[in-house]
Amino acid sequence: MENLNQILANALEAVVASDSESALDEIRVKYLGKKGELTALLKQLGNVAPEDRPKFGQLVNEAKAQVQAKMNERKSALATAALDAKLASETIDISLTGKGQDIGGLHPVTRTMERIESFFKGIGFDVASGPEIEDDYHNFEALNIPAHHPARAMQDTFYFDPTTVLRTHTSPVQVRTMEQSQPPIRIICPGRVYRCDSDQTHTPMFHQVEGLLIDENISFADLKGILQEFLNAFFEDDLKTRFRPSYFPFTEPSIEVDIMRTNSKGEESWLEVLGCGMVHPKVLEMSGIDSEKYTGFAFGMGVERFAMLRYKVDDLRMFFENDLRFLTQFK
Amino acid sequence: MKFSENWLREWVNPEISTEELVAQVTMAGLEVDEVESVAEDFSGVVVGEILAAEKHPNADKLQVCRVSDGAEEYQVVCGAPNARAGIKIPFAKVGAVLGPDFKIKKAKLRQVESFGMLCAAAELGISDDNDGLLELSNEAPVGKDFRQYLDLDDSIIDVDLTPNRSDCLSIAGMAREVGVLNNTDLTPVDIAPSDVQIQDTFNVRVESSNACPRYVGRIIKGVNVASQTPLWMSEKLRRSGIRTIDPIVDITNYVMLELGQPMHAFDLANLNGSVVVRDAVADEKITLLDGQELTLRSDTLVIADEKGPLAVAGIMGGEFSGVNENTQDIFLESAFFAPIALAGKARSYGLHTDSSHRFERGVDATLQEKAIERATALIIEIAGGQVGPLTEVVSESYLPKANQVTLRRKKLDQYLAVSLEQSQVTEILTRLGMSLVEETDEAWTISAPSHRFDIEIEADLIEEVARIYGYDNLPSSMPTAAVNFKPVTETKTAIQSVRATLVANGYQEAVTYSFIDPALSKQFCPDIDPVPLANPISSDMGVMRPSLVPSLVKTYLYNQNRQQSRVRLFETGRRFIGRVSELDKLDQQERIAGLIAGSRAPEGWYHKNESVDFYDLKAHVEALFGLNQGRVPTFERADVVYLHPGRSARVLIDGKEVGVLGELHPRFAKELGINQAVYIFDLELDAVLSAQLPLYSAVSKFPEVRRDLALVVDRQTPVSAMESIVAKNAGEAFQKVAVFDVYQGQGIDESKKSVALGLTWQHPSHTLSDEEVNNTVDQIISALTEELGAVIRG
Repeated sequence: MENLNQILANALEAVVASDSESALDEIRVKYLGKKGELTALLKQLGNVAPEDRPKFGQLVNEAKAQVQAKMNERKSALATAALDAKLASETIDISLTGKGQDIGGLHPVTRTMERIESFFKGIGFDVASGPEIEDDYHNFEALNIPAHHPARAMQDTFYFDPTTVLRTHTSPVQVRTMEQSQPPIRIICPGRVYRCDSDQTHTPMFHQVEGLLIDENISFADLKGILQEFLNAFFEDDLKTRFRPSYFPFTEPSIEVDIMRTNSKGEESWLEVLGCGMVHPKVLEMSGIDSEKYTGFAFGMGVERFAMLRYKVDDLRMFFENDLRFLTQFK
Repeated sequence: MKFSENWLREWVNPEISTEELVAQVTMAGLEVDEVESVAEDFSGVVVGEILAAEKHPNADKLQVCRVSDGAEEYQVVCGAPNARAGIKIPFAKVGAVLGPDFKIKKAKLRQVESFGMLCAAAELGISDDNDGLLELSNEAPVGKDFRQYLDLDDSIIDVDLTPNRSDCLSIAGMAREVGVLNNTDLTPVDIAPSDVQIQDTFNVRVESSNACPRYVGRIIKGVNVASQTPLWMSEKLRRSGIRTIDPIVDITNYVMLELGQPMHAFDLANLNGSVVVRDAVADEKITLLDGQELTLRSDTLVIADEKGPLAVAGIMGGEFSGVNENTQDIFLESAFFAPIALAGKARSYGLHTDSSHRFERGVDATLQEKAIERATALIIEIAGGQVGPLTEVVSESYLPKANQVTLRRKKLDQYLAVSLEQSQVTEILTRLGMSLVEETDEAWTISAPSHRFDIEIEADLIEEVARIYGYDNLPSSMPTAAVNFKPVTETKTAIQSVRATLVANGYQEAVTYSFIDPALSKQFCPDIDPVPLANPISSDMGVMRPSLVPSLVKTYLYNQNRQQSRVRLFETGRRFIGRVSELDKLDQQERIAGLIAGSRAPEGWYHKNESVDFYDLKAHVEALFGLNQGRVPTFERADVVYLHPGRSARVLIDGKEVGVLGELHPRFAKELGINQAVYIFDLELDAVLSAQLPLYSAVSKFPEVRRDLALVVDRQTPVSAMESIVAKNAGEAFQKVAVFDVYQGQGIDESKKSVALGLTWQHPSHTLSDEEVNNTVDQIISALTEELGAVIRG
């Protein structure tokens, strides 16, 4: 009996002291193997008094199980420690950048144009487009700007020949839409436009989004409502605006919309951002729309101006230099 | 139009401040561009007279002046070169304040005491002139407060008038409008016919009555052109940006500004026979007032005499017929030229004058006699002379008629979405000078005043009512409209997705001008005659681009020159091919083009900065076509002048070319100064946008089988040829073939390459046996051997 207790204590001590799987294996052989010390005790069962044999056998088996359990426990602890050590050795510098592409970005003009489009699409406008080399009729005549009208001087036009121009606005797209369909018409026309002017604040090419809504009973109030809401939405601000009488040959009444701006010194000033008006009855009639039955409004805005205001760009010409150091600021 | 606020207030003087006035007219549609004080806010300056000027004892450039303020004499040291005895100048006395931090004190300049300062115009903020003292007229009253003397407590208001409001191109017109806005009466100048003292007349013959329905002229004899234009007049002219020339010209300009009627004065001695208003004879020449010689076209109206043209009607006078320093007798012209006859004419000769500006937009056709009487009175007052009777040639039938327009209550309410009081509308219309022809509950019929010839249709009256009522006072609402379902096709990819795909691949979008240098166009597209602009902004923007590629290459170069070595750019936009004479056929197709250069990935610790190649670019192109199961393109060798012949491809859909891709030709790169390989694609946008609906097919439950083959073929053999032979022979269970290695070099004949293919099968209804697959593989190998001479790599 004493011998059993001593062997068990030795075995358990050895297990706890073991530091590898192979050491554990040696312990298993030494105590639990076929010739192991505990196994050997069972073989001495004949030397035990018959009445004590069951008891003795049970004690030896219990001791074997105890050693086995301790070994399992130790094995698992050793495996965990080994994995921990391995993982520790695999540590990387997580501050290094990821592998792969930089993301690119849209041009601020496109970004702004898409933003403007999204508001109007959201209230049921379609996007329309048309040619950039236009005939005089669609760019001017059909918009109530006959030849030699002083308003032609308001827009420095690029000519190819006396009757072919680079469109000075996207209004010809409105004309083409009116020619091809009947109200209700709800469109916006984004795109490139051209004026023969180049200086600090003018580029010979720029972008416009124009809009047209024609239906029965469209009023000045609708125009004011939509444009006010649009400006607030675009700038994500409750803007102070004013609707100022102006003149465009294709609208009557004509309006320019100013927004109130505050500079860094806190000084307020008005800045024109939109031209608009009720579509001139002659313009409707010329494109085959009954001006007695239908009324409508049109508006137009310069995309670059909106982009400049929104992203605080102070030099118009940056838009067309395509300097990557500028472009990548609009990712 | 620029004018003095004080001048306007002589005509109409509502009790509102300058700021209020400016805001008011702006909100009435007469947009004020700028308001500028006539002078700085200074005080303590009087009209002084230099009594004596002597050289400063200790300084070469200074003088010591004795200056009188009318009461006392002062010693003032002055550095202005024009300081001399006898002239009158602005004199800032000790205690004068010229600016927030500029107070005039007693001073000692090089040991000489100085009491005050003599001023240049710039020092008082009157003009930018800083070249010496501002010399005043001899008549200037010495001692008078300088601000009062020149009426400097005034502002210059610059109104940017829209083309329809030419009625406001005068003080009278502006006053009329301000009167309407404030409901204030006007105090116009009295204009009475001058007493006729002589009976001399000059014959006037109007041949083009439609272009000149009214011509009024008169002779004034014995004028003194050496007389001085009075200060009040020259100051008003100056504040409108008009220089003083001589009293006669100044008066005609003054009347134009005051009443809006451009006028002209001829030297009677230079007129021969009659004044004839006629169309020019083609190639007739005239030397203008400004010295330039004009060759006239026959569509141009001239004022001529029996010898030839004297003036281009309504635009500019001739050099040899105008008033000069020897003029004694004049013939004064006040005419009405029809806007349509003058429209665009000045511009067509590269001219733009105050006169043409007004006539093109329209002058009140009833104003001519009034204006000539006003000018006559001023001439008599200032330059003297004896007045002859008026000669008037008028063609009533060509004179504009007063427009009668009806405004319906129903239309007004509908347009403005508000119902204004009947009396309010009536009041607005009458305040605007419209005479009511008829008024009922349903409509107003008015006759527009002669100065409001822009009022033609009902919408014009609606605008007038809205404008005077105030746009900002009108209601605002969101329109209600029927909710319509819009068809949205799934067979077209949104451009936004295409852009997003490129952006995800590191591309930055560019927007370049649609016009390019013709030389660049020729270099990249030698076979295309680009569409030329008639009036380009500069020669290097002379033609419409036939391709987006030159612009992108230029943009690359711009960035290369700014130390950007890794570049990925794309642009969408139209290209232009064809002739404007056949506009319908002119190709204005939308394209999408891209350019990559530099390292494959952004510089990083994990790679060796390997540069992009053809296959990087091709992957991007394939990704675009792959969006929404777009059409799968095929690629063929290309022959494009600006692309590397061995590294470029045409992109085809259904056998139709929709674009190209490849490496920029090394010769182009060299010529342009590009220092690394640049890869470009250029595609028809619509081809990229075309998409197909995804269609489900059952997913097999049975295992996939793969076999790898390594084959040696001729180097020239395109792998795509191998792939299609594989596909043709691989049977119904074939899934795909992947090319997982291409090798040429050691161990392989120089003319050969080894291609490793990974083939996958999966049958929808059973597990494929080895035997089945092996048979198929044998069949594929024999087809490859037979058709391409492929050999299994040992």
